[in-house]
Amino acid sequence: MRDVAIVGTAQRPSQVETNLTSVELILPVIDEVITKVGIDRSEIGFWCHGSCDYMSGQPFSFVAAVDAIGAWPPIVESHVEADGALALYEAWVKIQTGECDIAVVFSNGKTTSGPIDRILTLQADPYTVAPLWPGFDAMSALQAQACLDSGVVTERAMAEVASRSLADAKTNAIAYAKGDHSVDELLARPYTVAPLRAHDCGLPVDGANAVVLAAGDAARRLAKRPAWIRGIDHRIDTQRLGARDLTESNSARVAAQHAGVGRDKVDVAELHAPYTHQELLLRSAVGLDANKTRINPSGGALVANPAMAAGLARFAEAAEAIFAGGADRAVAHCTSGPCLQQNLVCVMEGE
Amino acid sequence: MSEADGILRVRQPIGVQYRWSAGPNATSHLQGLIEGRLIGKRCPGCELVYFPPRNGVCPKCARILGADVEVGPRGTVTTFCIVNVPFLGQKVKIPYVAAQILLDGADISMQHLIQECEADEVRIGMRVEPVWKDRSEWGPTLESIAHFRPTGEPDVKLGSEAGAS
Amino acid sequence: MSAQSIGALSGDSFVAPLEVAYPYKRTVGTTLSRFFNSMIEGRLEGTRGSDGKVYCPPAEFDPITGAALTEWVTVGDEGTVSTWAWQSEPQPDQPLDRPFAWALITLDGADVPMLHAVDAGSIDRIGTGTRVKVRWAADRTGGITDIACFDLLEGARA
Repeated sequence: MRDVAIVGTAQRPSQVETNLTSVELILPVIDEVITKVGIDRSEIGFWCHGSCDYMSGQPFSFVAAVDAIGAWPPIVESHVEADGALALYEAWVKIQTGECDIAVVFSNGKTTSGPIDRILTLQADPYTVAPLWPGFDAMSALQAQACLDSGVVTERAMAEVASRSLADAKTNAIAYAKGDHSVDELLARPYTVAPLRAHDCGLPVDGANAVVLAAGDAARRLAKRPAWIRGIDHRIDTQRLGARDLTESNSARVAAQHAGVGRDKVDVAELHAPYTHQELLLRSAVGLDANKTRINPSGGALVANPAMAAGLARFAEAAEAIFAGGADRAVAHCTSGPCLQQNLVCVMEGE
Repeated sequence: MSEADGILRVRQPIGVQYRWSAGPNATSHLQGLIEGRLIGKRCPGCELVYFPPRNGVCPKCARILGADVEVGPRGTVTTFCIVNVPFLGQKVKIPYVAAQILLDGADISMQHLIQECEADEVRIGMRVEPVWKDRSEWGPTLESIAHFRPTGEPDVKLGSEAGAS
Repeated sequence: MSAQSIGALSGDSFVAPLEVAYPYKRTVGTTLSRFFNSMIEGRLEGTRGSDGKVYCPPAEFDPITGAALTEWVTVGDEGTVSTWAWQSEPQPDQPLDRPFAWALITLDGADVPMLHAVDAGSIDRIGTGTRVKVRWAADRTGGITDIACFDLLEGARA
């Protein structure tokens, strides 16, 4: 295995109903991350992009997105129809093959130009679920109710996650929702799709972000304190909601084991939990003790959820915690699909 | 819709409504088409002039395009095809000519129709000019131009990179 | 895919409503064909998984072992809610146009629940354990929407 690290990140502040095209959203974060890290475009051996055409409302929108990265002379580029964190996983594999030493990973999500709840429903089984158009929030609400019934979460614990996330977001320039809200105040608010309230659901925003990955000596040259990827693993549960125990996340648990989360203490964890109850499930599945690990100091996906970029944002936040010295060991996580169907878990360490 | 083999084919239409934005960097170009003007944008890096301004970004330099540049109205055919195939949503009677046209002063070609001549008269290097629709029909779209037609000027010999888009 | 109208200036950009629509026609394969054809006749069938659990709608392959599932089991048109959520504002194309419950419903004779809508009327009439019964669509063409929704059974709260 080659040593690979995140050596730089850039995220654009969240917006709603931006008029920018996807290309215009992406371009500034690419410029920013390349400038920050101090590399020339000719040094970049691989580009990998995460986004979703259904959200752009434009089939093959990722082809146009290549305009944002300067594909001249021709570059080595790939795209995943998924969160940018999955693009990071592909770039990590690409570097492991020895084909390149430096890769740029980027993602964008324009979630406010279309009905995002309806669009994400298209991930469900197209024969027996999607024709009912249940909505992504409603599928998550079914999971939340199952968790409440079984006692693994309470509505108060869910509100505590929202309250803490909104307060933490006050110091995060990327976040959109932020502020001080007591748990009792949040619990007094009406349900949207019961048992979920608006603050239980990640806030859809338009956003984009980029990170630079580098191997070995290149990483040491480009960053004072690279965030070394010590373990990374991706697992998937069945698409069939009824066949899963919705009160736990098996795929997150197995991915965390294979990524080696439990081998040492974790200072900071950035969990991609678009719903409050999912943070509670993920803490348990990944094996984190909230008294020992700072969970989502960025405010997480609840305060800014640019779908398809919110997972890579967690990797950027975890890496920044290592760069700044605030954490020696951090966990970054990305989920995808209804009710935590897919989970990518990564352990990063500073030296 | 049961078939003889017992296998069902079911209709499952999906549709999604969006608020689609052309982006701020396309605004002067689209506004120009409302006013009967052809406005492209120049890359501040390589200085190529883009018409249309794509996503407002130079794909060679990965830079936001800069100053507006009025181009055309005349241009040169860089390549073309004769469309004989009917397809869903077709607006023009077949056969017709769809061509890439490099407007004077622009560095990338754009696609439009060539009419007012026989299809087999269209050739690479042919000089053409826009025929605008009635002013009342102008909008933020290249459809403000009904089609292009030959100007009768001598043909132009194109360089190898001309019209690459 | 079609633009419904030419854009208008909104702030610094031209903006237009856009509908992206695909008239998909799907071939549903042998397992779901049998399931949907049975539903046209008003009957619900599932498949038995590797561990003996009955899936309805049928699983083509066992979600755990991946084995092809071929044993068919007829299940009941009544079932029990295993979890639920309340759609207070119904959205386009959903099974009901007034507030309703989504539920995972385990049909009698099945072990693995299915997702569908319950016409419960109000949020306080639905809960985990509630007993429900299929309401068939009047015009059945083969598809999950041949079940219009589920109705509450009398004395439904278990």
